[in-house]
Amino acid sequence: MKEQIICRDASLGYENMTVASGIDFTVKEGDYLCILGENGSGKSTLIKTILGLKSVESGSIEWCGGLTPDKIGYLPQQTVVQRDFPASVMEIVLSGCLTMGGLRPFYSSGQKQLAQENIERLGIENLSKRCYRELSGGQQQRVLLARALCAASKALLLDEPVTGLDPKAQTDLYELIKDLNKSGITIIMVSHDVNAAVKYASHILHMGHKSQLFFGSCDEYVQSDIGASFIASESLIDSAPEKPKPVSGEGFGAVLAPCVPLAAAAAASAIISGILRSKGRKNKWAR
Amino acid sequence: MGEIIDKLSLYFSYPFVRYALIVGLMIALCSSLLGVTLVLKRFSFIGDGLSHVAFGAISIASVLPVMIKDIAAGVSTSGEVPQSIKKLADLIADANNNYIVLPITLLAAVLLLRPGKNARIKGDAAVAMISVGSLAVGYMLMNRFPSSSNISGDVCSTLFGSTSILTLKREDVRLCLVMAIAVILIFLLFYHKIFAVTFDENFAKATGVRADGYNLLIAVITALIIVLAMNLVGSLLISALIIFPSLSAMRLFKSFRGVILCSAVISVICAGFGIIASILLSTPVGSTIVIADMTVFFLFCIAGKVTKRA
Ligand SMILES: Nc1ncnc2c1ncn2[C@@H]1O[C@H](COP(=O)(O)OP(=O)(O)O)[C@@H](O)[C@H]1O
Ligand SMILES: [Mg+2]
Repeated sequence: MKEQIICRDASLGYENMTVASGIDFTVKEGDYLCILGENGSGKSTLIKTILGLKSVESGSIEWCGGLTPDKIGYLPQQTVVQRDFPASVMEIVLSGCLTMGGLRPFYSSGQKQLAQENIERLGIENLSKRCYRELSGGQQQRVLLARALCAASKALLLDEPVTGLDPKAQTDLYELIKDLNKSGITIIMVSHDVNAAVKYASHILHMGHKSQLFFGSCDEYVQSDIGASFIASESLIDSAPEKPKPVSGEGFGAVLAPCVPLAAAAAASAIISGILRSKGRKNKWAR
Repeated sequence: MGEIIDKLSLYFSYPFVRYALIVGLMIALCSSLLGVTLVLKRFSFIGDGLSHVAFGAISIASVLPVMIKDIAAGVSTSGEVPQSIKKLADLIADANNNYIVLPITLLAAVLLLRPGKNARIKGDAAVAMISVGSLAVGYMLMNRFPSSSNISGDVCSTLFGSTSILTLKREDVRLCLVMAIAVILIFLLFYHKIFAVTFDENFAKATGVRADGYNLLIAVITALIIVLAMNLVGSLLISALIIFPSLSAMRLFKSFRGVILCSAVISVICAGFGIIASILLSTPVGSTIVIADMTVFFLFCIAGKVTKRA
């Protein structure tokens, strides 16, 4: 596999403040790299630096293997769109096809078709004439994703793509990205969801405070100390609401005991209704 | 009614009146096309600043011949102005002011809109400084080296536009038409790129659109339009011509294309109405057009409120 992005001992930062240093990794064609780390550890900064929106403070980030900006799709973490910006969903998604047309002043039918396909992929056909600024956060996220997919012919960079999506849409999105990756598109994704990262990614980059904690394949990450402890801490948080801590005194347990059957019944009915609902709905995302 | 039509047909039998109308409509069209982008990019204040720069440039252009003669007379020992310098001054006086105003305004536009994010906040102050500075220098020059006896008349028509658009010279008309057509062509050719750069500059840059280049292009067309519009409405009212139609259209339309088309239509209709009304009522062209634009803006505001509730 050809190397596409080589990052050697890079330092990232803003003006005179270094955010992270010693970043060192390689992305090969067809890789699925997940970038993990706490808020403020510099994940978005890294993505922006890879894209050339900022320059590296020291070290180097090189693109090779025929990767050029016009073959890349990008989903920013935040898109600051002015409150009163008039733009329809179709116009925005089409703007993702812009660079494949070169200097041609109008969109070709091929570009329009690509936009339409991606709109359908993300299940937003019914929104395509709507005004972007009047959509909900999750709907806006899907529009920007569709735009990113239009632009991604070789690589796709996603900064926290599942933010604002409901759980079903999150799973669908992960599956969609997996399919894209299988079709040969390199994926670089910033995520907070370590479980999904471990499940889908081929490589993990874990950023700590001011420096890189881990880079390697997903299997190595799971076996590493840092990986194991991070996964454990995350799954503890995830499961905490369902499992009350067992050690907390008898009185507490006694109070809770009568509630358990009730809670179980509620949970069961929720699951059943969830299954019924998801059966009734056409699964638009998975292809 | 019949009287009005008689008066109009009399006016329009003169070719220079027809030229004036065409030029006016073209200028209105150009300024509304780019107005949407300027408003959305939060660049409307730059239009204002540039128009003041253009005022300074115009006053330089109009006093330059007088200034050259004055200085030459002061320098030469005999107190006589040498023949060659006299010729140079006359040459400048005959040349179209736009040839001097355009390069200066272009330069200012490129400097103000030059790429570089962190200049944003300082940019505000820079624009204010440049615009007030050019106003002061321009007025000072016009007073110190008066090119005609009616200084306040000159200043007034530079600030608020020719009291009658009919004073446009034939050559002005031709230059205006060429520039207007250039602006419209550039806009049509790069429409989608301008949208992408306006909507999300970072995405555009990341995916290989040369955003800095297009920003520069926007700056250049802005300068062109401002120099153009000076002829019609004068430097103080240009911003109105740029801003009002797009703000009106944004009340009602939700897509970029819809807003651009609507603001172009509004602007052309208001300009046509304003020019004709100014002929009939003998009012100043610039302010008549701007008042028409304002009226439409308030109508669209109300319409926007009504449709939102419905
Ligand atoms: N535009 C900016 N200017 C200056 N500092 C910034 C800017 N954006 C982010 N930072 C700082 O850089 C650090 C990393 O930010 P970011 O890359 O967004 O983190 P993450 O995406 O991992 O949550 C933060 O401490 C933040 O304060
Ligand atoms: Mg981030």
